[in-house]
Amino acid sequence: MILLDRVTKTYNKNGQALERISLHVEPKEFVIIVGPSGAGKSTLLKLLTREEKPTSGKIIVGGIDYETLKDKEIPLLRRKIGVVFQDFKLLPNKTVFENVAFALEIVGMGNKEINHTVPRVLDIVGLKGKEKRMPPELSGGERQRVAIARAIVRQPRILIADEPTGNLDLKHAWDVIKVLEKINRFGTTVILTTHNQDIVNKLKRRVITMQDGSIVSDRANAEYRS
Amino acid sequence: MSFSRRVIMFRRILRTGVLNFIRNAWLGIAAMAVMVITLTIILFSIIANATFANTVQQITDRIDISVYLKDTVTVQKREELVKQIGALENVKSVEYISKDQALEVYKKQNASNPDLLVAISQTDNPLPASLQIKPRDPNKIDTIKTFLEKKDIKELQSDETSYSGDRKDAIDKITSATSFFRQAGIAGVLIFAFISMLIIFNTIQMAIFNRRDELTIMRLLGASTNFIRGPFIVESIMYGIVSGVLSIVIVHTIFTISASAFEASSIGILDIDFSTKYFADHYFIFLGLQLGVGVLIGAISSVIATRRYLKFKTSK
Repeated sequence: MILLDRVTKTYNKNGQALERISLHVEPKEFVIIVGPSGAGKSTLLKLLTREEKPTSGKIIVGGIDYETLKDKEIPLLRRKIGVVFQDFKLLPNKTVFENVAFALEIVGMGNKEINHTVPRVLDIVGLKGKEKRMPPELSGGERQRVAIARAIVRQPRILIADEPTGNLDLKHAWDVIKVLEKINRFGTTVILTTHNQDIVNKLKRRVITMQDGSIVSDRANAEYRS
Repeated sequence: MSFSRRVIMFRRILRTGVLNFIRNAWLGIAAMAVMVITLTIILFSIIANATFANTVQQITDRIDISVYLKDTVTVQKREELVKQIGALENVKSVEYISKDQALEVYKKQNASNPDLLVAISQTDNPLPASLQIKPRDPNKIDTIKTFLEKKDIKELQSDETSYSGDRKDAIDKITSATSFFRQAGIAGVLIFAFISMLIIFNTIQMAIFNRRDELTIMRLLGASTNFIRGPFIVESIMYGIVSGVLSIVIVHTIFTISASAFEASSIGILDIDFSTKYFADHYFIFLGLQLGVGVLIGAISSVIATRRYLKFKTSK
């Protein structure tokens, strides 16, 4: 599903953000990427969503070779990958429903289909009945679940969650993680980065540890030792 | 992408553009104000141009050359002369005015002077028959002049040829004024069109800045380039449409006011009546023109602005 082969990313003069990263993720896997700030986790995810290009190395996601990907094809790629951010990135002046519908509007789905799809997804993330709320009225955990609903409403095969629990207290963090597990059970590949030891240790999934732009360990059913 | 999706996308772009236009109206006021000025200048230039051209035409039409013939000139001789003159280049028409016709005209012109009329009716008609020559281009009557001054032609004439060429000075003045106004108009249009484009750039840049979070999210969610920039282009085209309508309204108002203020008069060489009529006759053409130019300015500047200020490239 995701293949990185000796990927290096260098920012101007500030040295290397990623150094010869090789990584393979199977379909339907749930992978956690851990490591201290500046280890290169976010850079890695930005390469996957094509917000940035690698300096060298090969990236193939869902059969798409990024080397041959043209700039104007990037929107099509992003429609196949759901992304969740630490800061939610919701539109504050749109309702919960509208925020989720937005992801469908921009790809040209008809209103009828949107009205049919969005409530079902809001149900999956446990926000049934809160369709008309505005983001500022919601708790952090609820907001993040709106963001997840938006990320999965187009049924992507890959969901990338960049520190989705970073701004949440433990209870809400677990709400979000449970939603991610649920989505994974439905068959979506999930890539999760987090700082939260407790979450990593309880999930018992594949854990990739990064440090200074390199992968220092990659183990299944692992625990996080900082 | 299927056709129905394209239609949906197009509708959404239109809707978003119009909504943003309404929401950002205060931002767009400067852009629209300058565009109204631009369009109004264009309209006035066209109307002024046509008015001057009309004035020149009217004066030109009145310029003629009168050749007075001796009473002894035979019909045959006269007809030959008419033919010869008609064959000259730059002659638009030759008209024969008989002695009787000349008298009629004279009587009409002096209708208010009965003494004179009595006097003239008591004698034989003293007025000569004449040929009225209208030149095509009043600036080039030299060939006609040379012909008329040939010896054998001169012999047929009773009086000196009359050139109502004193109007030539006036024509020259109007012609130079026309070309000055035309150039000033073009310069004004170019300058203001440029300024309005700069202001639209600025307006769009601000709108993009205000909505940067939303635009970032749209990009991350995989919105296409056209879907992101489309509403900005629609918004700028709306500036053009509103400005086009406003400029027509302004010009219309000015003509309405001036028509009542200077009732049926003309100021100097500017024939307001003609301008008003010209404007009214071409109302819909002008409306189309103003809308077209406004939409064009809006579209071009927003395409450039979105290209400049919306980043679609991935950083390397």
